[in-house]
Amino acid sequence: MRTRKVNMIISLVTIMGGMALVVACGQRNATTVIEGDAAEQVYIAPGEYDEFYAFLSGGFSGQITVYGLPSGRLLREVPVFSQYPENGYGYSEESKPMFNTSYGFVPWDDSHHIELSQQNGEFDGRWLFVNGNNTPRIARVDLSTFETVEILEIPDVAGLHCAPFITENSEYLVSGTRFSIPIPQKDVPIDTYKENFKGLINYVSLDQDHGTMELAFQIEMPGFNYDLARNGKAVSHGWSFLTTYNSEQAHSLLEVNASQKDKDLMAIINWKKAEEYVAAGKFTERPTSYYHNLMDESTGIAHSQEMKMTRILKPEDCPEMVYFIPVPKSPHGCDVDPSGEYIVGNGKLSADMSVYSFSKIMKAIEEKNFDGEIEGIPVINYDAGLHGILQKPGLGPLHTEFDERGNAYTTFFISSEVVKWNVDNLEILDREATFYSPGHLVIPGGETRKPEGKYLVAMNKITKDRYLPTGPELAHSAQLFDISGDKMKLLLDFPTKGEPHYAQAIRADKVKPNSKKFYNIEENAHPYATLGESKTKVVREGDEVHVYMTAMRSHLAPDNIEGFKVGDKVFFHVTNLEQDWDVPHGFAIQGATNAELLVMPGQTKTLLWEPKKVGVYAFYCTDFCSALHQEMSGYARVSAKGADVPLKWGLNETLRENQEQAEKFYEQLENKSK
Amino acid sequence: MKKRILPLILLVTSLISSCGSGGGGEEKKTDTGTEIKSELPSSIQEGKGVGGITDVELSDEPNAAMVAEGQAIYDMKCASCHKLTDQRVVGPGFQGVTNRRKPEWIMNMITNTDVMLDKDPEAQKLLEECLTRMPNQNVKEKDARDILEFLRRNDLDKTGEKDGAI
Ligand SMILES: [Cu+2]
Repeated sequence: MRTRKVNMIISLVTIMGGMALVVACGQRNATTVIEGDAAEQVYIAPGEYDEFYAFLSGGFSGQITVYGLPSGRLLREVPVFSQYPENGYGYSEESKPMFNTSYGFVPWDDSHHIELSQQNGEFDGRWLFVNGNNTPRIARVDLSTFETVEILEIPDVAGLHCAPFITENSEYLVSGTRFSIPIPQKDVPIDTYKENFKGLINYVSLDQDHGTMELAFQIEMPGFNYDLARNGKAVSHGWSFLTTYNSEQAHSLLEVNASQKDKDLMAIINWKKAEEYVAAGKFTERPTSYYHNLMDESTGIAHSQEMKMTRILKPEDCPEMVYFIPVPKSPHGCDVDPSGEYIVGNGKLSADMSVYSFSKIMKAIEEKNFDGEIEGIPVINYDAGLHGILQKPGLGPLHTEFDERGNAYTTFFISSEVVKWNVDNLEILDREATFYSPGHLVIPGGETRKPEGKYLVAMNKITKDRYLPTGPELAHSAQLFDISGDKMKLLLDFPTKGEPHYAQAIRADKVKPNSKKFYNIEENAHPYATLGESKTKVVREGDEVHVYMTAMRSHLAPDNIEGFKVGDKVFFHVTNLEQDWDVPHGFAIQGATNAELLVMPGQTKTLLWEPKKVGVYAFYCTDFCSALHQEMSGYARVSAKGADVPLKWGLNETLRENQEQAEKFYEQLENKSK
Repeated sequence: MKKRILPLILLVTSLISSCGSGGGGEEKKTDTGTEIKSELPSSIQEGKGVGGITDVELSDEPNAAMVAEGQAIYDMKCASCHKLTDQRVVGPGFQGVTNRRKPEWIMNMITNTDVMLDKDPEAQKLLEECLTRMPNQNVKEKDARDILEFLRRNDLDKTGEKDGAI
């Protein structure tokens, strides 16, 4: 309950209210009618917390952003598929392996669908998964640290758009190839698409204790475009549903050639059956190459492993595993309601939306009510599987989420609106304008068995008219609606990183209590950790030099280092000795060609520095950590290649002692080489 | 009963702080609102600071095993700010600390750092000198006890006297 009155009543021309009811193809006036208490509903007083975490994919930034709801405040950006100079992710020696792929080091991607881990069809707040669309990958973020801890490449697919949809006990992440390609890759004319191109649907299994991903099997499908998926829940648990477009198998000018047919297809997969086939050895092993990158929990170091084999299931060898059912023209979204009984298949070029009934689909399968087959896959009779059609709800239906009261909410890209309708009786209940062209929308828990239908966030593709202009490019817009009443109510616009593709939102109390405040320094198993200032040292191994450095308010140790030479590879291993919440230390050195480090309390991170010129170079902490932060700095002396300046280091009075140690070190080295 | 005059800022801090308890003390605002009279918690008045440590039992001779454990924790978590001599670096030098502070105060400072800095006048004086808040290093009570033993050994070695503040 809020005790404060917010006097921010926005008075607007109410004539616009009528406009919102009209479905128009043109863009409506961007002025918004909102009721007087909207500002109060999203106001979170200083010191108070938001009710939900919302995780938005960064789209082409390749990252994830974390917002509080209802305030729309940006809480954090989590780097996933792109290097991030703010904390050295993808630049530090520990995190570089996260970007290894069969194509080499790929420091960017296009992140699309956020999936939170589930138990019994409810979010459990442990992990978050997101796909890399361009270089097909799935990443796992640990929600105790909000750090990316694993990235798994998916082989032999292209445009991993249809990913990574989770099953209700986090058994699998299902994904499908958006573009079919030759499998295995080969040099063939593109117009041999029909003969040579195939599509794979992929199942990644999850270790239930650690969340570790493994590519369990792939299903080889006809060469269509697999676009979006959802897994069954409750009654339909054990099944996956994927929309496919381009059943025409066109390969050029798809905007015309892939929208010839009145109906495309939805693929329906019995993954429990697929599991049985895998156990029975009904797969073929095919050599391939993909990378699995995993962060070690105790060292914080990522390791890459190249995987060289994949297991393929073929529908013709595995009866009763895969079916198709027709779906209106060029479908996109494919969403399952909280009961698991209804599946919404939107044809984005059709004015109607098909809603399927899981029990009717099962009955049709049982009765073999098929209209032929495609490459050995039975096509279920459309009418037999249909619950009903939502007629002309708007233009360009894309995505649907649900509340716990039997309602569905669908975004309409072309008519720029969100439409609320009743799933059971297919009655349209309400519509609200968005600005403009919404893609995905999210309701906290809206894809689970337990939605919390209080708020809805629509993510829009076009933002003009909403914020102060910033050149041709504008921040994308997210719009927050209150959906707790009969009518939806717009509460807030907030800008996002472009392009927020999809989001999931979870009640804050499922994540907040597990949030790590620091890393126990006693558990730091990094091989270059320095667990105490007395253990700081500098070690030369040929032209590699390892600096074991510690950071503490307000100094780095050692802070004077001599004996580096041009051409050395210098590894600064910085251990933050603090054990206090929110006190990272940074490390930056002049002439570094990669980035800085941001080291969390109790952590060790490594920056590679390759001095190119003779001189004395400053290094310093980048995170303002105390009143004496500016003083948290030091110098590195670089001598010419072959110079006889000994390696020595120190902090204040201990510098001389270390000179002795340095001399001893060289003595021993000489004795060894004799 | 000793009464102290605290700057306004400290009152504000202690009024809004949800950490720890005041231990029975009572703060009053004067009519002018510029000066605050405060009755400090009895543990602070006794020089034991404020926190979970109220009574520490000491054997006469420092326990060698505990000293060794304490030194290991000191090396890892404390040494970058506190030297074993009387030289101040970031924090005060440790030499003579057991002759200046009661064992309870030392252990409360280690384990209840934020509250001590907000409430204990002696801890606040040190903050004014050092100008860097002592970090909460999340030292467990058992480890703090070992550190205390290590500090007693250090004082005995350096000054020939320990536990002078009891
Ligand atoms: Cu710092």
